[in-house]
This record gives sequence, structure tokens and C-alpha cells, in this order.
Amino acid sequence: MFEDIEHLIRLAVVMAIAVVAFLVLRAAVVPSSFGQYGHYRGAAIAEIAARPIAFAGHDVCGACHTDIVEQKKLGKHAVVSCEACHGALARHGDDPTAVTPTKLDTSVLCSRCHEANSAKPKSFPQVVTADHSGGIGCDTCHQPHTPKIEEKIATGGKK
Amino acid sequence: MDVTRRHLLLLLPAAAVAWKYVLAGTPEASPNYKLSEHWWSMLIDIPKCIGCGRCVRACADENDVPDGYYRTWIERYHVADWKVERPEVESPHGGMQGFPPNESTAGKDFFVPKLCNHCADSPCTQVCPVGATFITPDGVVLVDKTYCLGCRYCVQACPYGCRFINPKTNTAEKCTLCYHRISKGLTTACCEVCPTGARQLADLKNPKDPIHEFLRTHAVQVLKPHMATGSKVFYNGMDGSVR
Amino acid sequence: MQIPVEGFMYPNEVELQWGVLIVLYPFITGLVAGAFILASLERVFRVEAVKPTYRLALLTALAFLLVAPLPLQLHLGHPERSFEMYLTPHRSSAMAMFGFIYLWYLMAVLLLEIWLDYRRDIVLKSQASIGMVRLFYRVLTLGSSNISERSLRIDERLGYFITLVGIPSAFLLHGYVGFIFGSVKANPWWSSPLMPIVFIFSAMVSGIAVVMLLYMVSTWLRGREIEIRCLDKIAQYLFYTFIIDFSLEMLDLLQRIYEADESFRTLDFMVHTRLWKSQVIVQILLGTVTPIALIGLTRILKLTGTARKRIYALAGSLTVIGIFAMRWNVVIGGQLFSKSFLGYTTYKMGFATREGLLTAIVLMILPFVILWVLVKLLPPWPDADPLTASDTTPAHGTS
Repeated sequence: MFEDIEHLIRLAVVMAIAVVAFLVLRAAVVPSSFGQYGHYRGAAIAEIAARPIAFAGHDVCGACHTDIVEQKKLGKHAVVSCEACHGALARHGDDPTAVTPTKLDTSVLCSRCHEANSAKPKSFPQVVTADHSGGIGCDTCHQPHTPKIEEKIATGGKK
Repeated sequence: MDVTRRHLLLLLPAAAVAWKYVLAGTPEASPNYKLSEHWWSMLIDIPKCIGCGRCVRACADENDVPDGYYRTWIERYHVADWKVERPEVESPHGGMQGFPPNESTAGKDFFVPKLCNHCADSPCTQVCPVGATFITPDGVVLVDKTYCLGCRYCVQACPYGCRFINPKTNTAEKCTLCYHRISKGLTTACCEVCPTGARQLADLKNPKDPIHEFLRTHAVQVLKPHMATGSKVFYNGMDGSVR
Repeated sequence: MQIPVEGFMYPNEVELQWGVLIVLYPFITGLVAGAFILASLERVFRVEAVKPTYRLALLTALAFLLVAPLPLQLHLGHPERSFEMYLTPHRSSAMAMFGFIYLWYLMAVLLLEIWLDYRRDIVLKSQASIGMVRLFYRVLTLGSSNISERSLRIDERLGYFITLVGIPSAFLLHGYVGFIFGSVKANPWWSSPLMPIVFIFSAMVSGIAVVMLLYMVSTWLRGREIEIRCLDKIAQYLFYTFIIDFSLEMLDLLQRIYEADESFRTLDFMVHTRLWKSQVIVQILLGTVTPIALIGLTRILKLTGTARKRIYALAGSLTVIGIFAMRWNVVIGGQLFSKSFLGYTTYKMGFATREGLLTAIVLMILPFVILWVLVKLLPPWPDADPLTASDTTPAHGTS
């Protein structure tokens, strides 16, 4: 009686074996932290958080460069972080002698923020560099850490 | 919203603790950080953005973003008079080198920084076939690049165009809200270098975060609200022409 | 590679994400679904006239189904991780369901149906052949050589049931591809509840056309007589399915034009410029209206058998081209405009690259190579017998 469906029984057995093999493989291969917080590998969160840092943050600079930070606090650039102009310097903060920041060229640096542009807020200090200074370095007259000229005069000359 | 001394006093000890971990060479998420205590978002103050592009550069430096792709970018809008539905927009190299001066014709111009909105109901995590992109319990949408297949479905599903495929890893990539920084008490690279405070990281679960007061007292918007993505990047002073 | 952009695109949108290989995938699975539906006409709906194409349709479906995952694998950034879709499928993702629907359709429907239909021939061949080929057939028999009347009748009943289940499965196989696109709310060119239905009907059209062409070509190559009654019937089904497909697409178009929502201006401009040739000329005029008109002509006028064959061949070829163009217009078209609705980009298709034109051409030729192998191993011709030269057309629907 069963011989007429023998081939179907064999097929069912083959399929059952395949399903079991798949389930075993799945248990072995799926990462253990998968599903910890949701449908993803929970360990990924810590891996992503472990990335090294490039920008130290404005607090770290003050640990060594207290004088400049104090000076900056008096002027308009108080809210501008050091690395906004000087670039990512976490490695410098890590080992100051091994990594020295490059000196900045004010003739290109300052105009990025302060070059006049119709899309910038009207209250933001901006000039047309060609009319304002003729293209010379901005630090000829301005001190970047305390940019307003009255303040520079008050501190008695360029630092 | 200026960074005042009060903020510095709050941040300094946290930064010091985090910095200790960085210096020790064991920068895993600091043990003080509990996922359930945070719900990250960002506030963007459009009237303050000067389009300097520092944020775009800083993000690229902090996160090794490949050339030609952008985890964040700035758009410059020109809205001629009443043509709110037809603005002229440009974003040369994502605004990374700033914007060239333009001749302004009648109308208004302004800058709009864009980034991943870390949506609470994100369509990108919905379509990922394997669970390689997800939202963390603290509200940041991340990509597990060891699990991503590079099928690009999430890139298609994002209404904001903030995703791309990294040509080196062949996996999906996007703004991570500098998760490796914010989980250590630092702020994101873009917020760190923004000279005017136009970008501010905010923790919605922190009752002392200034964002709560700000949201109560200002008219804010999210991008593409009709998509109902639960976007967590809030824009102050955003014009109706912004796409 | 500088990609020309018109207007404004979000910076990350300029490069297209899904290229010609992703155009190929729905085209291929569409052929599978369509060929299977044609086969089911004979098996389930007892349409006697199309019997000569029954086994050919099944083998065609199998040949294309085997090739279907290849364009996807070549497109993935990490094909070696594609098995993750089986290990940790994300249930909210239509794409995750691919693995299981594909597997279900391949194993539980297509292979099973072919095996049951061919089992008698397989057993006889396993006894008559030698060497490696013999081993191949023996493995296929699963060690059972029972081809008694009763066992064959049981196969027949089971096969009927499987075809019955296979019809919605075929719809699912291709309908979900439509859903993959149709459910993307971020893209107004794709987002539509009609998308799965349009995909299914265009799949049926392309599948029927391909089997019809294959039947004509293979019969001619074998030097046999084409059964015109069979062709007429197939063409009739092609005609009606095409009318439904065309109506659905026109409905979508008319609604878009009428409602003219915020995306309309940008999509309209795109169709009139960048998609003009591929959508209006190739897909609609040459690939849809012309074949419908041609087949319609054969139903109105009294034409000779030869004339009808020529018209069917032309109509079938145009149909296949048109449906390919439809896939192109959906996939590529959906990425040519910016989600800001303020600009357009260009698709730069490589040639000898992993996702280039050459790869696409090879992948389109491959199913025919596989079909040739299948036809040699499991001859589908109604007048072929595994052992003798006599006519032993498998008896379906006779009881």
C-alpha cells in the first residue's frame, strides 16, 4: 500500500533533513548578541561607540592653553570652539609634543565665516574682503582670539 | 542659544571622565552611560547658520567620510519673492568649502544644514532585510557595517537623502550623531565646531536640557512631516520652501 | 566619473543606487511567474489547446528562476552575507521575504511539479542511460523506481494540487517585487498600491510571450509542425492579459495627471525628457499598443496560418522588449529625479563592470543556455518518449 507513495515519503524525509540542517546551522551562525535590544546585533552598539575620537572638544584645550582660553572668553569668539579654526586636535591633546598643529593662514581662514554673502544672517559680522582689506592677512589688524579691534588696543598690542 | 559658562561647568567633568577613557586607549562606551537614560535629537537654528561649512568638514574629519559623499551637508536656498514652491537650491561639495558669494536678486537667501534625522519611525530601518540598520534604545539610528549586505534598500527608503554606500566598505553609511562621542559625554563634531551655535545636540530625556524650553517658546518644524517619520531633528525658523 | 546633474539633487542622490541588474531581476522573475501561469492554464483550467507548451513552460520557468538570484548577488556590496536573509530575516522588510518566497516557489512548487510530472521519464531514463548521466537520473529518482499506474495517478493528483497552490505562489513571487517598490513612501514614482498588481500582470504578459516565442523557435529548430491552434490560444490569453495590464498602467497615469500633486511637475518633466524614448516610444507605443493592435488584428481579420504566425512572432518580440522597458522605466526612472523635486541626474551604465551592460547581457543569455541543458536532460516535447519513438504525451485531465 505504501509502496505507491514511497517516493513521496522519501521526498518528505529529504525535506525534513534539510529543514533540521538549516535550523542547526542557524543556531550556530547567528551572532549571540542578535536580538538583545531589537532585531539587530546588540554588540554593534558598543563597537560603534568604541570609535577613536578626532576632535578633543573645547574643554580639553583649556587644560594647557588657559591663557588663550581666558583671552578668548573676553571677545566675540568666546563661543567659537578652538577646533573650529584649528581643526581636529585630539591627537595633539593626547601627546602634545608628538603632534603639533599647523599655523593657520588668516587670509583664507577668516573669510570662510566673514565673507559677505546674502544668505548669511544680516546681524552677523561680514565684509567684502576685497574692499575691506584688499586681501592681506586678517591678523594684520585683528587678533583672532579677540577679534574686535578695541579689545586688541586694550590688551596693548598684538599677541 | 549660546554656550555659556553654565554649560561648560556641566560639561567639564563629563568631558574629563570621557577623556580619561580615550587616553587610556580603552574607548568603549563609558560605564556611566546608560542607554535607557537618553533620547538623542538635534536642534538646528536656521537664522544662525552662516553656511561656513565647518560642520561638514568636521564631520568628514571625525568620521573618515569618503570624498564625494556627505553625512551632513548645507544647502543654500534662494526664494524669489512669492515662489515658495519653487526655490533655487545649491550645495557645492555639500558646502564643505563654504559658498561663493552670489548676486542676490529679489527674494531671500538662507542656509539649511541637513543630516540624518534619526527618525523614531524610520522608514530606513523598516526596510532593511537583515537588521543591519536599527535605532538604538537611546534614539540613534546606526548601521552595523559588519552585518550590512549593501543592498541599498535603506538608501532608497530614506526620504531625506542622507544615506549613501561607502565605496571602501560597500556598506550603507550615514550620520551616526557621533555616537562614539555622545556616549562619552562629548557633543557631536558638527556641534563642536559650529561657530554660531546653529547646531545643538539635545537629549530629550534629560529634563534639564535647554531644548525643552526652546521647543516651548519657538515655532519649530521637521523636514517632510507628511512622511510621518518621527524625525528628531528640529528646525527653528525654517521657511516653507525648504525641501 | 562626473555625473551630469540638472537643477538640485541632495548630494548623496546623484549616483544611482540600483542599476541595470536590478532592472533585470523583476524582468526575470516576471518571466518565471508568467510562464508558470501559462503552464497552469493547461493543468488546472484544462485548456487542451496549450498542451504542447506545458512542459516547455515549466522548464522555461525553472531556467529563469535559477538565474534570478544572480543579478541580485552581483549587485550586493557583500554577496557573501546574503545568507543573513535566511538567518535573521527582518519581518518588516519586503526584501527579506525574498529568500523564503523564492525558496518556497523553487522547492515546493516548481521543482516538485516538474519532478512529479517527469518522474516516469526520469525512472525510465535512469534505467536506460549510462555513466554520469545515469547517476544524475538515479539521484533524481530518490531511490524509488515505482512507476505503477497507481503511483502515477497519485503523482497526478498531487501535481494538480501543487499547481493550484502554485498560481497564488507565482503571483506572490512577482507581486512582492512590485511591493518592494510600491511600499517606498519616499519615492513618488514607485509608491502606489497598484504597483504589485501592475507588476503581476506585466509579468504574465512577458511570460506568456516568451513561452510562445520559445515554442515557435524550438519547434522550428526541431523541424516539426507548429500547432496553430495552440498558438492562437496562447495569443488570445496574451491579448486579454495585455488589455488588463495596459488599462492598469493608463489608470495610474491618468490619476497622476489629474491629481497633479507636488511630485507631478518633476515626474512629468522627467517623462517628457529623460524617459521619452524608453517610456513613450519603446514601452507604450512599440511595446504595448502595437502588439495589442497586431493580435487584435488577427482576431478581427481572417488571416492565413502563416500570416498569423508571423504576426505572433512580431507581437511577442515587441511585447518582451516593451516589458523590459517597463522595468527599466520603473527602476531607473525612479532614481533619475531628486527627492527634493528640484533636479535630475543621469544613469551612467558601465560596460564590462560588475553591474554593467555586458554582465546584464550574459545574465540574459544564461537562462537559455540552462534551458538548452534542461531540454536535453528532460525533453519536454509532446512527441518525445524516453525509450521509444512513439507518442507518449503525458495524460492530464483525462479521467
